[in-house]
Amino acid sequence: MTALSMPEPALIPEAELAAIRADFPILQRQVRGGVPLVYLDSGATTQRPTPVLHAMEDFATGRNAAVHRGAHALAEEATEDYEEARGDIARFVGARPEEIVFTSGTTGAINLLVSSLDAASTGRGGPAAWQFALTRGDRIVVTQAEHHSNLVPWQELAARSGAELAWLRVGPDGRLRLDDLSQVVTAHTKVVAFTHASNVTGAVTDVATVVAAAKGVGALTVLDAAQTAGHMPVDLPGLGVDFAAFSGHKTLGPHGVGALYGRLDLLEVLPPGFYGGSMVEIVTMTEATFQPPPTRFEAGTQPVTEVIGWAAAVRYLSEIGMARVEAHEAALTARLLAGVAGVPGVRLLGPPGIDGRLGCVAVEFDGVHPHDAGQYLDSLGFAVRVGHHCAQPVHRALGTHTSTRATLGVYNTPAEVDAYAAALATVRPYFGVGE
Amino acid sequence: MGVGGFGAGLGSMEQLYQQLILDHSRRPHGKGLLEAFDGESFQVNPTCGDQVRLRVTLAPDGARLATLGWDGQGCSISQASISVMNDLVAGLALPEVAALGEAFGLLMHSRGRGVPDQVADSLGDAIAFEGVSQYPMRVKCALLGWMALKDAVAKAAAGDSSPAHVPEGI
Ligand SMILES: Cc1ncc(COP(=O)(O)O)c(C=O)c1O
Repeated sequence: MTALSMPEPALIPEAELAAIRADFPILQRQVRGGVPLVYLDSGATTQRPTPVLHAMEDFATGRNAAVHRGAHALAEEATEDYEEARGDIARFVGARPEEIVFTSGTTGAINLLVSSLDAASTGRGGPAAWQFALTRGDRIVVTQAEHHSNLVPWQELAARSGAELAWLRVGPDGRLRLDDLSQVVTAHTKVVAFTHASNVTGAVTDVATVVAAAKGVGALTVLDAAQTAGHMPVDLPGLGVDFAAFSGHKTLGPHGVGALYGRLDLLEVLPPGFYGGSMVEIVTMTEATFQPPPTRFEAGTQPVTEVIGWAAAVRYLSEIGMARVEAHEAALTARLLAGVAGVPGVRLLGPPGIDGRLGCVAVEFDGVHPHDAGQYLDSLGFAVRVGHHCAQPVHRALGTHTSTRATLGVYNTPAEVDAYAAALATVRPYFGVGE
Repeated sequence: MGVGGFGAGLGSMEQLYQQLILDHSRRPHGKGLLEAFDGESFQVNPTCGDQVRLRVTLAPDGARLATLGWDGQGCSISQASISVMNDLVAGLALPEVAALGEAFGLLMHSRGRGVPDQVADSLGDAIAFEGVSQYPMRVKCALLGWMALKDAVAKAAAGDSSPAHVPEGI
């Protein structure tokens, strides 16, 4: 089995961190009648630095136009910006620009892929697309660790195609049980869709091992990189997956934009699943021919301003350096995990150490419901997420149904993490539990 | 860096977590499913996955709520709200149950601006949940049981005593 990466934890130096924080005006906010905000919900959505906002404003005020249509000056400039942005996003994940399809987010990307596979399953795309077709007797493999957006679309595709849905289980430490791969990924498996990291346990998947099992039976691999893309260096071609999805708003960019990555040789023969303007070549009253990828998959007017903002976001991250982002968050995570370990009546969902783990720290309080804990923490200024975080099955697998989750970002400080750990210790006493 | 200060945030926490609410949440009333029932409902709070399954029986004339029993898991607001509701509605005529549900809905959507006196008076102990209305994300918690009640009563009144749909593997 391939070893999981173990980043060398290293905080970003204080002065540099202060400068980074100054780029995020929202971090100066006070909430709930005057307590300073401590933003620990970057796993849900990251905050945006001013360069992102400025890039969006510059575009909207100076170059706004629909792209890939029209030949006037603005249309030309906007198209140029849009394609440059595609290049930036592609570089960020080690891909070629043509391998990046803009979508509304990770959810949009997975649904887009599922629509295409569904189209292939009904014969669209011709013989070249038969490799994507699913039918009765085939198997789609997912995992118990999936966010609903990388689970429900596959349930639906299974129901429509007649394929069977199977899944890898999660062990008590929150990691996927990769020992079961050979039983679950059978010869009939056509697709293996799995998360790069759980948005509950923070466990990072050993991608190479899953890819090897899938390749062994000729199955397509689909990686949900929503949680990892903004927090560690991600090289999608290097990981060897066929498709991947990630979101702008989890990588310091705006809402409403994300990408589907697809290996170019696959995108070239994959039929579209969404149809409309811009993605076609010739349209008659009865049929249409389609553009090459990625345009084939970008039907309709695109959210160009958001794409431009997202590109500024990944450039911002790249300037800091993703390895340093990862190291900083690892140092904060180590601190937070140590803090959590010392709080009585608190159970950690997920691996206890930083090896192969993101700064996503979900806990359960003995005797206090997460909604109540979250409300109390919120009154102290801590923005954490409570509930199932759109991942009900993994909670169930870990013997619970909800949790209180803190997720870190590059702009978080050791002081914030320490304050949060200290506050965790006051939750149960506040509710009169466990004295 | 001043982080994690104790500011005004805790003040409205006290309004939210009234003693009555904490007491009911620790020892909820009416918990336990009825074996035989005239109407059943299963409701989920989509943000947290909290669930309640609630069963009612009607009086022989079909005009009153006779008994209520429920089971579920949830935060103190949702559990206390069901418990207080349980105490308020047992034995009421069905239109009174509906009116009470509407009054509670009004309270929940008041955004902390209060409700007319007659509405407040009709609510009895349920007025303790007024603080919840200042937290839009928690309103669903307080309404969970009331939604289940409305649904179960409607089914009972329509003679539909079929079990509620509960997803497999939950
Ligand atoms: C692991 C994972 N997958 C998918 C998603 C969905 O992303 P989006 O809501 O941006 O489509 C999320 C976001 O919550 C996530 O954490």
